Amino acid sequence: MKIAVCIKQVPTREWQPRIRDDKRWFRDEDVSYEMNEPDAYALEEALRLRETHGGEVVVCAAGPARIQQVLREALARGADRALHVEDEALGAADAFVSAGALAAALRDERCDLVLTGLQSDDQGHAQTGVILAELLGTPHSTIIMEVQVQEGRLRVKRELEGGWFQWVSMPLPALLTIQSGINQLRYATLKGIMAAKKKEIRKISLPAGLQPAQEIVSLALPSRTKQTQIIGGSPQEAALELLRRLREEARAL
Amino acid sequence: MILVVAEQRAGVLNRATWEAVVAAQRLAQDAGGLPIRIAVLGAGDAAAQELAAAGVGDVVVLSDPALETYTPDGYVMALATAIPSLAPQFVVLPHTYQTRDFVPALAARLNRPLITDVTGLSGETFTRPMFQGKLAAEVRPTGDRPCFVTCQIGAFRADQVKRGGAASSVTTHAVTIDRSAIRQTPDAPFQEAKQSVDLTQAQRIVAVGRGIKSREQLPVAERLAKALGAELAASRPICDSGWLPMERQIGSSGQTVAPKLYVALGISGAIQHLVGMKGSRTVVAINKDADAPIFEIADYGIVGDLFEIVPALIAELEKK
Repeated sequence: MKIAVCIKQVPTREWQPRIRDDKRWFRDEDVSYEMNEPDAYALEEALRLRETHGGEVVVCAAGPARIQQVLREALARGADRALHVEDEALGAADAFVSAGALAAALRDERCDLVLTGLQSDDQGHAQTGVILAELLGTPHSTIIMEVQVQEGRLRVKRELEGGWFQWVSMPLPALLTIQSGINQLRYATLKGIMAAKKKEIRKISLPAGLQPAQEIVSLALPSRTKQTQIIGGSPQEAALELLRRLREEARAL
Repeated sequence: MILVVAEQRAGVLNRATWEAVVAAQRLAQDAGGLPIRIAVLGAGDAAAQELAAAGVGDVVVLSDPALETYTPDGYVMALATAIPSLAPQFVVLPHTYQTRDFVPALAARLNRPLITDVTGLSGETFTRPMFQGKLAAEVRPTGDRPCFVTCQIGAFRADQVKRGGAASSVTTHAVTIDRSAIRQTPDAPFQEAKQSVDLTQAQRIVAVGRGIKSREQLPVAERLAKALGAELAASRPICDSGWLPMERQIGSSGQTVAPKLYVALGISGAIQHLVGMKGSRTVVAINKDADAPIFEIADYGIVGDLFEIVPALIAELEKK
């Protein structure tokens, strides 16, 4: 099986955003980045499918030069080779442009299966994978918690809301968006990191004419819907005061 | 015209459809009074009648046997045919898992903009979270109409639907679906295991997130729950790691709860978690990160190390 995994690089979970003066994006001078978490689960699932069914795992990313960091990391975890659609403007691209860029890289690869995370922890549109399926002309299913491959067909466990699930089957080639927690992640070994240095990252230029479907007018810190009472003091003082307020003000105890 | 696409299964309407109706009514008002229509796919007679009775706009049933069971291919085909002839300015849906499963493909097929997870709107500018709720973005669609809009669950209140004086009409709009072109074959939905705990009935809940750091630290949260007479629950990453069973997960993929007291320990407050608990009457957040989004919906907050604060709370509660 030839499996492609689309990976995005996003600011780390600990990142405290600082908004640019024009308010249309964040100040990216001092941001540290990491692999988008659901994409890491998609990569792990691809590596496990390769272990069972054989074949190749190709990682694919659309973004500025900095995203080579996550491509190297994916190669170190065991992916065979990488495709990088490189353009500085892709760092803030919307889902239509991202999917268009990824489709340009993947169209000629003719993969049996394309995996993406279910959404990115940055813009969080939850669109890119499904748009990509449409652009590649393949069937898709989303928010997947188990993948089985049987005689050229896929059988996948799709998560529904409120603790419900559903099995869906479809022919290959296909695209799946993977939910976090589908598997246990592996980390790169020293051997993997050394091997990754010799693996290919092929650069692909951004196709012309991709149009975004939306523009960011401004970014802001979210407005608070409740007036939070922050309780200070030592842990003991704060604990005592919190319990007093829960009893006397909120009557929650 | 603004088109709302209802979500129903076997005639049972997903309540989030009413939230999409509220968003559509705001959009319609901002646009100077556009009419609203509601599309129901498949044999959703009961859902269509329920929607029509509210008198918010004419109901169009897109009818074909292939639409009785949801598939992304079937829904995309039906709406990609119907929407150009209905010619709406906006198509509004609730941001459910089903919507997420097919609407991006539909928008791509029609080459029209899609703005997801919307929490507010003003004219043609939409507010939506970015960076896990750390920032709120104002975005505007580019390109041709219609623009697809999906509304975050709970962001628009279903009880604010402006009902009409008289019931609306229900018309059936035949669509022809080539069944052989539907590539997905779904089985019936199921629940994993019989739930042994019903968090929705709990008066008090102590929930733990990534801040608990390891499985070995869980007893401190368990002891606080016991001292408060609360059930223990968790955010998704904790259940993904297997530290607590899935049935104790709060959020969009788990339980939705509204207890008297919700104590969030080391939970940053990703949207997917907040939608499952923001109806709680009193929310307490204990987190070392003062900027964590959980503080936006908390009534009481303590910024600090939960491993110092929680034992102090337990000591105080156990004194009695």
